[in-house]
Amino acid sequence: MALPKAKEDATAALLGTLQMPDCGGWCRAAREDALSRLTAMGLPHRRDEYWRFTDPASLIVPEVPKAATLGADPEPMFDQIERLRIVFVDGVFSPEQSDDLTLAGLEIERLSEAMTSDIHWARDIYGKLEVEAQSPVARPLAALNTAFASDGIVIRVTGKVEKPVSLVYLHERDDSQAILHHIVKVEAEASITILENGPAAARFNKAMEVDVADRGEFRHIRAQGRDHERRAATHLFGRLGQESVFKSFTLTVNGVMTRNECVLNLTGDDAVAHVAGAAVGDGDFHHDDTVFITHGGETCESRQVFKKVLKNGAVGVFQGKILVKDGAQKTDGYQISQALLLDETSQFLAKPELEIYADDVACSHGSTTGAIDEEALFYLRSRGVPDAEARDLLILAFLAEAIDEIDDTRIAEDLIGRLEGWLARRKDD
Amino acid sequence: MLDIKNLHVKLEDEDKQILKGVDLKVEAGKVHAIMGPNGSGKSTLSYVLSGRAGYEVTDGTATLDGEDILGMEPEERAAIGMFLAFQYPVEIPGVGNMTFLRTAANAQRKARGEPELSAADFLKLVREKAKTLQIDADMLKRPVNVGFSGGEKKRNEILQMAMLEPRMCILDETDSGLDVDAMKLVSDGVNALRDEGRGFLVITHYQRLLDHIKPDVVHIMSDGRIIKTGGPELALEVEKNGYADLKSEVA
Repeated sequence: MALPKAKEDATAALLGTLQMPDCGGWCRAAREDALSRLTAMGLPHRRDEYWRFTDPASLIVPEVPKAATLGADPEPMFDQIERLRIVFVDGVFSPEQSDDLTLAGLEIERLSEAMTSDIHWARDIYGKLEVEAQSPVARPLAALNTAFASDGIVIRVTGKVEKPVSLVYLHERDDSQAILHHIVKVEAEASITILENGPAAARFNKAMEVDVADRGEFRHIRAQGRDHERRAATHLFGRLGQESVFKSFTLTVNGVMTRNECVLNLTGDDAVAHVAGAAVGDGDFHHDDTVFITHGGETCESRQVFKKVLKNGAVGVFQGKILVKDGAQKTDGYQISQALLLDETSQFLAKPELEIYADDVACSHGSTTGAIDEEALFYLRSRGVPDAEARDLLILAFLAEAIDEIDDTRIAEDLIGRLEGWLARRKDD
Repeated sequence: MLDIKNLHVKLEDEDKQILKGVDLKVEAGKVHAIMGPNGSGKSTLSYVLSGRAGYEVTDGTATLDGEDILGMEPEERAAIGMFLAFQYPVEIPGVGNMTFLRTAANAQRKARGEPELSAADFLKLVREKAKTLQIDADMLKRPVNVGFSGGEKKRNEILQMAMLEPRMCILDETDSGLDVDAMKLVSDGVNALRDEGRGFLVITHYQRLLDHIKPDVVHIMSDGRIIKTGGPELALEVEKNGYADLKSEVA
């Protein structure tokens, strides 16, 4: 089917600015396949159903919209946690700032190294989970990522890794564009925690493909950078084997445009997938969580918990779907998306979906949009808590249900501290 | 201590007068009770005194220790010692009861220019007060009033009162929804706080609460006014004859 002219032109315009990194063998084929997928589907447009609530224009215009950098965080995220740091500056791996890429229970390589080998386990994952996720909904920015990713990290987890692997994305140039693609393969009974933080670039396109084998465990906590003008389109793809665990949490504080897609495929029985996020935005802030969870195995559990606090015209979007395939009996699916609007100019757009083809399942979803509870506010004030402090307490309480999804209490407390900081800064306005 | 003069109050969004000239004086160390039929304005009085939005004072004054409270924010009233035990305590998901108590206690101390309680001192104090009200550690950990039974909510109100040590306590139908045992527990909690320097205003429909919390003065409220004031015997009279007789007597 021919693409509409506007779409074809937009796609050609962006592709004209991108160069496929040099590589041979398996990776060349994977990239070219991705490029032909992309040219067939075209870049996203506001009129596409999947982009109705989020205008992708700034994510695909050839010239990267500038984003000022706040520089290094004076209190770097996850600093209190012993971790293996892997640093990217404007999307380029920085060996000087990174730790040695060695950790018991892990094999870590740069994507570019993995791509030079003729035979590599990564070829069975690179672009493969992305392709599976292209149906029933097209994800052109992910195909673009597979075709043009210039760097990334490739991790094979063979044991229970005690220390988290921490991907740190520094942003230095105000017109930088980063396209990163990571691959994580968690072998049977192995486990890992991946941390991600930082703004990465003025415009960031990131994909992470995660293959979790039977009884493997993958945990992921991400804090998207504080540079207010940054833009990001990210994809998190997961394939879950039997009795495997996949837990991902994202904190977003600031960011003029963020689209986080998460596509999980529960293929084995008794797998558990939890995806959660807390986003707080003030003013020129657009945050979109798009989640698609497919239950293929029996007695699997999935949870989606997304909370947003919005003010001064900030916009929050949630598109979340649970698809239960024929035969995925005893599925336990839960989805909640909630927004707290601090004024009348902010907006929350939600599209919760359930599609169920098995007859013995328990799925529920809910979505709410509301203001601060005046009754609770008065109750707090009547006990002597000043109005502003009472509001902050209620805002943090609202976000708590999402934060509670984080298993590691040190990290949860750190994130709460950052949210408190955000609230305190709002008062200086 | 609490001095209410000629208080007239209407609903903010409706042209409906609720209080039509309330005069009431509660002295330090005394327990005053207000009884009255449904819709007489008892709860409105408690809300207006604690600063809830939605009401408009059209005439009259209310002072606590000589300070005009009607122009104050709810938190300012709390800081100078006003406390309302809610008829329907509010559930606050996501805020731990302990956090709530500590935030409130320290906010009031801060407003009064007193040093904040240390975490250890606070914990010790809460445990001690909670024990007498039979509030267990689990109730302190749970979110404020969430999943609490009616009795637990009311005990939690009294715990807050005990922690904040207000000068003037207003209890709005604290007996509603309580069984006999819970009522005894709550009353004991209130009686333990009776003190020379503290005033109480107990709002209730029924005499039975007043068997436990013995009032010094009983007021009967009807149609936005105090229509009769007397001693504890007035409550017994109401219990026996209802409000109808009193209303016709005054009319």
